This record gives sequence, C-alpha cells and structure tokens, in this order.
Amino acid sequence: MLNMQERLKLQHFLTIKKLKNDQVEELIKRAEYFKAGGAVPEYAQPIYAVNMFFENSTRTHCSFEMAERKLGLQTIPFDPVASSVKKGETLYDTLLALNSIGVNLAVIRHSQNEYYKELIDLDETQKLNMGIVNAGDGSGQHPSQCLLDMMTIHEQFGHFKGLKIAIIGDLTNSRVARSDMRLLRQLGAKLYFSGPTCWYSSEFTEFGSYGKVDDLLPQMDVVILLRVQHERHKQEIGFSPTEYHTEYGLTRKRYTHMKKNAIIMHPGPINRGVELASELVESSRSRFAKQMQNGVFMRMAMIEAVINGRGLGGKQ
Amino acid sequence: MSILLENGLVYQAGQLQLLDILITADRITAIGKDLAQLGIKVQRKIDLAGKLVAPGLVDVHVHYREPGFTYKETIKTGSQAAAHGGFTTVCAMPNLDPVPDNAAQLQDVQERNANDGIVHIKQYASITQKRQGEQLTDFKALKKAGAFAFSDDGSGIQTAGTMYLAMKRAAECDMPLVEHIEDNSLLFGGVMNAGQRAEELNLPGMLGLSESSQLARDLLLAKQTGVHYHACHLSTKESVALIRWAKLQKINVTCEVAPHHLLLADADIPKDDPFYKMNPPLRSKKDQQALIDGLLDGTIDMIATDHAPHSAEEKEGSMCQASFGITGSETAFALLYTRFVKTGIFKLEQLLDWMSARPAQEFRIKDAGMILPGRKADLAVFDLKNEFELRKEDYLSKGTNTPFTGTKAYGATEITFVDGKIVYQKED
Repeated sequence: MLNMQERLKLQHFLTIKKLKNDQVEELIKRAEYFKAGGAVPEYAQPIYAVNMFFENSTRTHCSFEMAERKLGLQTIPFDPVASSVKKGETLYDTLLALNSIGVNLAVIRHSQNEYYKELIDLDETQKLNMGIVNAGDGSGQHPSQCLLDMMTIHEQFGHFKGLKIAIIGDLTNSRVARSDMRLLRQLGAKLYFSGPTCWYSSEFTEFGSYGKVDDLLPQMDVVILLRVQHERHKQEIGFSPTEYHTEYGLTRKRYTHMKKNAIIMHPGPINRGVELASELVESSRSRFAKQMQNGVFMRMAMIEAVINGRGLGGKQ
Repeated sequence: MSILLENGLVYQAGQLQLLDILITADRITAIGKDLAQLGIKVQRKIDLAGKLVAPGLVDVHVHYREPGFTYKETIKTGSQAAAHGGFTTVCAMPNLDPVPDNAAQLQDVQERNANDGIVHIKQYASITQKRQGEQLTDFKALKKAGAFAFSDDGSGIQTAGTMYLAMKRAAECDMPLVEHIEDNSLLFGGVMNAGQRAEELNLPGMLGLSESSQLARDLLLAKQTGVHYHACHLSTKESVALIRWAKLQKINVTCEVAPHHLLLADADIPKDDPFYKMNPPLRSKKDQQALIDGLLDGTIDMIATDHAPHSAEEKEGSMCQASFGITGSETAFALLYTRFVKTGIFKLEQLLDWMSARPAQEFRIKDAGMILPGRKADLAVFDLKNEFELRKEDYLSKGTNTPFTGTKAYGATEITFVDGKIVYQKED
C-alpha cells in the first residue's frame, strides 16, 4: 500500500524538549510537503480550534490561524480581554468551557512559563478532551518559532550536522535563543553566542561558545539575530541603538565578511538599523520573509501531529 | 595583547567544563570549545591540558602590615603571596601604624595598595579611632574615601554600647561591619585553646566563651540595627550554632572560617610551637567538625585565610611569648583541596564557591568571583593532578610562619591572571 507510513502522533504540542531527531525531521518533511503544494488531508468530521493569545503577538496569531484554515479547521474567535479570564476564571476552567461546547484544539500563548503543566496536571481525570499547542510560554519555549527556524536552516543546507550557527543579541530574555540552542545542539550543529555580555550568562556555555561578533561572523553558516527589546531596555542608562548597531549589529561591512552560503535569520519584528542594517533585511542572505512563510507550513505540520495523536477528524 | 587558554577545566557557576578562554587586553572576550577554530589572531596560546581554571580567588581577610610593620610583610610581598595562592582580590585589615581611621590615612594606604599590589586590594577602615574600641571613626567620610568595610580586626569591641552605635552607623551608610569577636575579660592570658592539650603542654588556655558569648551579644545587636554583620574566623561549635540560629531569625549575618581551623584541632599541636599559635586558637576536634558541618549546611558562608605574617623572631621560643597568627595565602587552596575535596567531603564546586563566588557576592565585589565574557580576566589555574610539597623556599610572603611547611598536597597554583596579566606563574 502506498503512503501508509506512520505519521507523528502527539496528544499535545507543548515543548521541543522531548522531540527526537527523527520526529523533528518528520515535521520538517511534512512542512516541506505542504509548502510544495502537497494535498491536505481530508477529515471526515469537522475540527474546531481556538487561538488564545494572552500575550500580544499578531504575527504568530495570524500564522496559526492561516495554518488552521489551510488544514480546513474551523476556528472559533476568542478575545482574552473580553473573556471570563479577566473576571478571574482560571485558564483550566476556560478551557473546560470551550471543550464542552465542542472545541477540539487550543493554541495558547501565555506569559507564564510552562502554563500548560497545571492544565495537564489538573486534567488527571481526563475531563479535557482537547489538544493544546503551545504558541509560546513566558520566557520559556516557543516551539513553532523554533521549528520554523529548523525548517529554514534545513531548506538552505539540507542537514544540521557540523553547521556553525551564531545567536546574537538579547539572549537572557529570548525564548528563541533557548529553544533554538537546545534543538540545534541536539541536531548536531555547533553553536556560538555573541552580543552584549550583560545579556550572556554561563547557562549558555553548555550549549556553545561566546565570542565577539567580528571574530565569529566570517566562520558562521547561519546567523540568528535576536530582537533588541526596546520596551525592556529603554530605561537602561546608556543604551543606544546606534551604539548597539556599531558594536554588535550586522553592518554592511560585516555582511561582506560572511561566508558565501551563509544566511541571516531574525524572529522579528526587526528593528531596522539596530540588529541589522535596514538594507540588509531584503538582502540575498536574509531569510526573514522565508521564516514567516515557512512558519505557516510548520504550524500545519504541528497541528496535524496533534490531530493524528487524538484521532480528531474521524477516518481520513 | 590577547592570550588563548586552551583545554582548561573551567569552573562557571556550578559547572566544570573543558573549555577555552580568550583574554583580550584586561578582559575575557570569548569562552567556549575549540576557539582556535575561529581563526582569531592571538599573541599567545597556553595549553592547559585539563588543569582547573577557577575564578580568581577572593580573600576577605589578610594582613599586609604596611605601613608600620614592614619587617613582617609589605603590600608587595603580601600581594605576591596572594597571587601565588591563586587569589586575585584580597581585603586588607586595618591593624596598621598609623591606623586608617580617617580619610587621609585610608587614602594613603589605598595609594600604596594600588602602586605596590599585584592583585586587587580592598582596604578596610577601622571602626574606632586607633582601633582602641572607644571613639567611632567617621564612617561616611571613610566610605566616601573608598573603604571596603569597617573592622577593628585584632581586637573585639568590648563595650556593647559602642558596638551598638557602630552597627547603627554602618547600617545607615550601608556598609558591612566585620568583627573580630573576642571578650578580653575572658582571656585570662591564654595562648592556646583551654582544654586537655593545653594542660598536657602546661600552657595557659583561652576559653571558647571569649568568642561565643560576645557573638551572642553582637547577633542581638545586629538584629536590632539591621546592619550587615560579618563574623571573622569562627572557631567554636557554639559560634556555629549561634550563627545558624541567627540565620533562621533572618538576621543579616555572614561569617567566615579560616583554613587552619578546618584542617587542625588543638590535639594536633605536637609541642609548645609558636607556629601553632593564632587567635582564635585551634579548638577541639568537636569544634573543628562543627565548622566543617557549618560550611556544608550553609551556616558558614565563606573561607578567608587570616593571612598573618610575622618575623622569625616573633615566632621563636615558647607560645607564651610569640605573636598570634599564621600565614595562609600560599597554602589555603592546595591544603583544603587535598584534605577535603580529594577525600570527597567537599565538592570542588563548593570549595571554589566558598573561596570566590560567595565572598564576592556577600561583599558585593564587582567583577570578582565568576568567569564570564566581558568580565575582568581574573583567573587562577591549578594543577590538581600532581602532588607537590609546600616548601619554605617557595613562599613569596616575608612570613614563613605556618605549621604546614613540609606537607604534601595537590592543587599547586600554575598561573594567576589579574586584569589579563600574568601575576604569578609556576617555574618548571
């Protein structure tokens, strides 16, 4: 029989910590398949999803919604500001309500680290019959961003082993850095960190080396620039975007020293002229637009894994 | 100038990993595996072959005797001894002549420290005028002049009222009060711990009560005033119990223990030998064990040497006439490593924290106690594999007054960096 291979099946998609390398590859393969225009599975029963974004993130929110629509899911509108959460209802109770009215799948973004642990622990009695997809938790993980980064790197190089990858910028406050470094190391890439040393701590040494931007850049295959979170740092005395750009940013001059096939990634939103020179955003090495494009397909693959894991949609 | 240290067993915040460290000018600029791969131009490469790279050690209790007693030690020789022991930041006590009890005198000592010291030297100012335990010094002016903290080390403050006022004033200007605890009225002319061994050697004994009873007083005063109170060289089991209680009461107290109190007890004193005379004295085996337990359970925060050099003449003859104190800078790490880490009693990580991160943290010493990119390159490299002998001719201190000469140990200092410069390197 054709096409009978086992697909990835998950009850929830909460973290990349437990993903094995072949599971990551399977997800990338599936996302690449969707991207190439592969047919979307036809589900016998409708699947209802809700996107609960307790932290603002238009980009991730839209991308998940697009992924759901492409998969043919029915998306229920949910406004955290108007919801009962504001009245003090727990997240678990809100989910219980949504589940009761027929929602099968919740995509959640929350400011609390590992918010999902409570939900899963509370749900020992299995009252919640719905899959949770983590769209970012506090300063913890951002699995879909991480996996779309993996997909973008894989698209360029076809593998991870031995690739030299630098993550530059506000490491301390970055979910992207923490998620990416774990998975990239697991996949066999060699990691480097740079940026202001006040944003670096020894927690990163286990994963890779710290070096100066100018020392690292000429050797790197992939450069991941992290957003300078102005809203966090503008109070800090002496923080100047211009100085940041000169010291740690990807300037036009530094760009010319990069390896021939090297690519630049950025989780967005970009501060033009800070993390990288404005004109480099659309340069040939920049994969900024591609990352966002890939995001939709990777999220399709992630949601599909939960649909398969829970047997939603009936017989295909 | 840049130096690449390769294959060091680098200690970073709880973890030991084989890493390279790049030092450019005075700072650590890169850290990680295979840094040579990056093709950075360096002037010098040193292959450490797995030797331990620790944050430069921090000693909050040394005596450098300058000005006033330069026949015992000078700032130059004292700091050379520190570098030899892997210490990169030391805090020098104010029992000098003249005593740094005013801003001008403090600045004079600080200038000497800056000019002659080869490691970072922080300077204590005294709590009272001439360290006589009576008139308080001008804390605000001394803080402004750069005092590290206040201490009358060498003597305790005898009157509770004076101590209370000193604590209040130190709390007001947010400075630690670092106290040598000793009630003179309980000394009775002792030269070693009062107990069986003192009787056997027919030497006058010093009661542990002299320390513990005054500590009890101070802890209650500290509770009332809210000052950061730091107890020097704890020596008795009662003191450990008191500090344990105080921490449970959330009293703002820290304390240190000296290597010799961890390594020896009065029963180990072989004869009437001035090299075993120090204040507080070596106590009983039970006290020694309580100090070890106190470190392990977090009651005791750090290890400080109380490096106290004296001339040969001052350490001759009977303990009855000799000066109190032994040297410590050049022997501390190796002795503690050999005795406690190699035997599995302490973890290497714990010992390093007690000798670097913890004192730096408790006394808010910037740029010390941790290895991180961007920080000043203050590092100590130790050879943990090869045994060596502590030899008198290797000491850089003027003082050779330590009972540990001749002891075999592991953990010799190979190289010490201060601000990226090599300030000590072992000769092959």
